[in-house]
Amino acid sequence: MQLGFKAASRKRRAASLAELPAGAEAVIERLDLPEEFAARLMEMGFIPGHRVAAALSAPGGDPRVFRVDGAEVALRRETARHILVRNN
Amino acid sequence: MASCHGRADAARLASPPAAPAPPRLVALIGPPNSGKTTLFNRLTGLRQKVANFPGVTVEHHIGKAHLPGHHAVDIIDLPGIYSLNPRSEDEQVTHDVLHGAMPGLRRPDGVILVLDSTNLQRHLPLAAAVLSLRLPTLVVLNMADDLRQRGGAVDTEALANQLGAPVVLVSAVTGEGVKSVAQFLTGGIAVPRVVELPVLQDVPACRQWARDVSHGARYTHPAPPLWTRRLDAMFLHPLAGPLVFAFVVAAVFQSIFSWARPMMDAIQAAVAVSGAWMRASLPDGWLESLLVDGAWSGVGAVVVFLPQILLLFLFIAVLEDSGYLARAALIADRTMARVGLQGKSFIPLLSAYACAVPAIMATRTIENRRDRIATILIAPFMTCSARLPVYTLIIAAFIPERPFFGPFLGTRAAALLGLYLLGFLAAIGTAKLLKSSVLRSDRAPFVLEMPPYRMPTLTSIGLRLWDRTLAFLKRAGTVILGVAVLLWILASVPTSNGAPPPIEQSLAGTLGRAVEPLIAPLGFNWKIGIGLITSLAAREVIVGTLGTIYGMDPDHNSAGLQAALQRELTFGGAVALLVFFAFAMQCMSTLAVVRRETGGWKWPAIQFLYMGTLAWVCAWIAHTLLG
Repeated sequence: MQLGFKAASRKRRAASLAELPAGAEAVIERLDLPEEFAARLMEMGFIPGHRVAAALSAPGGDPRVFRVDGAEVALRRETARHILVRNN
Repeated sequence: MASCHGRADAARLASPPAAPAPPRLVALIGPPNSGKTTLFNRLTGLRQKVANFPGVTVEHHIGKAHLPGHHAVDIIDLPGIYSLNPRSEDEQVTHDVLHGAMPGLRRPDGVILVLDSTNLQRHLPLAAAVLSLRLPTLVVLNMADDLRQRGGAVDTEALANQLGAPVVLVSAVTGEGVKSVAQFLTGGIAVPRVVELPVLQDVPACRQWARDVSHGARYTHPAPPLWTRRLDAMFLHPLAGPLVFAFVVAAVFQSIFSWARPMMDAIQAAVAVSGAWMRASLPDGWLESLLVDGAWSGVGAVVVFLPQILLLFLFIAVLEDSGYLARAALIADRTMARVGLQGKSFIPLLSAYACAVPAIMATRTIENRRDRIATILIAPFMTCSARLPVYTLIIAAFIPERPFFGPFLGTRAAALLGLYLLGFLAAIGTAKLLKSSVLRSDRAPFVLEMPPYRMPTLTSIGLRLWDRTLAFLKRAGTVILGVAVLLWILASVPTSNGAPPPIEQSLAGTLGRAVEPLIAPLGFNWKIGIGLITSLAAREVIVGTLGTIYGMDPDHNSAGLQAALQRELTFGGAVALLVFFAFAMQCMSTLAVVRRETGGWKWPAIQFLYMGTLAWVCAWIAHTLLG
């Protein structure tokens, strides 16, 4: 029930990077973050339209390493929540 | 070579083709983890020194490279940056240096841009920013060995054509291609040809440009780093990861305590033997006393710690160069977040167990200023190696050795561990206090690139240890020598009939008596008071001071230092002294570095008063409870 609802809602609106399970890939849609910080993340590879993959994490799942732009960058969940992605 | 400005040369200079003269000051810039510093070490070797830019906390290395044909060029290694937009302090510094806006430094007449060839598209946007500066530029693609091994390839000539600047493929680690960097410098590098560059502020446009350029250079992206994936599967494993982390931290501690011992004993013996030799070969008198009792034993008492400090730096250098330290910061982040800090504070706090000075310099990687100041303020609570001689002396004098926790842990080791815990708790408590009051901030974003694992090179680790050794010996030769000599003078005047006075009538004794009312509630007498005053310069100085005081005091002449202390202090007073040393800010070098890093006297003053008050109050409680 609940799972089905989640899947349905993901189709309607973009999910966040924080919800991306380890090993899964997605495409970055937009960065819902203050301009300065968003610019820095873009310089590090989190660019709208680019692919991103969730990799390993610290124990407990936070922070998590993301593969982006041929590099691995770790982000806290609270940051990843503001990076919106779509499945593609 | 560069002085040929005379009229006689004018004709020759004008005749084509006029090759540009070799540059005189070249800036080395590149993104973090591009192997920039390895290349710098290759080019300059030991002919380098560390310097600080005025007014900012960013440190840089500057070195001389000898080029073929008796040319020499100064190379400045700038901090690793992702872009030239002056957003962080590191980027500001690089921006200022490249624009000639850095006071005290002329504008570089050349740039070596180091990019990681295994991830060209990611790093090319920085090339666009650098090329737009119109400075003579040489583009170096580093990690050629990695690129080949993982099946990647790039056409450097095609890339050079598109960038309008020469491109060389090198491996700074193996030395491949480094010669051609030197040749390019000797031949002189030109201002890049005008090529079409994207608008630098438009990140997606820069990326598109980077993609086009790397396509044009027939760039084949290498396969993912297999070994890094394999190692991360272990180091970031939910169970094995934390275990490895705990093992690494334990190994660092073990090395400081036990592996350093034989080397420390050897240095101690060398100081004693050479001191005795000096005493024997110098004529009796004040000069002999000044050199042997004052200078030599004072400096010797401190140089003993060199092995511990070097071992710790060896560990940190290996962990950092191999890439593990970034994983450690990742694992520590959640725990650090609980006291309001972040994973990047972990590295400085671990270094602070050796010495707060490099630890405070290591806080530069923390972008958030409030987090950074909080880390700087708590770092001196971590038990640094300078506290060890004080702790060991007092523990040995007052705590009998008995089994405490079965055969594994004796009472003395337990007491020492307790002191480490005490400092750690004070640091955590202070962090919580600061982060919930004056240094409150939104949780700073934690963004950390995980570099691929790499085998650390002997050169780069050796050079870093050499740097540290020089810095430490310089401190021993200046601050500590100064204090040792000053104390000797204070203890030797005013002379009566040409002979040194009894210690209580000396100037040092007078000073000790002056502070006695302040420290009497803690169970300390005026002699301990002299030790506390001299230990303001550096904690470990108190050991030498007490030695000097009791050595000079005829009442205690024959007694060992431990026996003398047992007579001077009650058990409660001894515990109070330990607690005082655990908390008090007794280190001029740390205060100086805090002033430099925070840009004023405000934070060092607050730190000194806070730590001093905490030390006094807790020592008073300990003395009152234990009597």
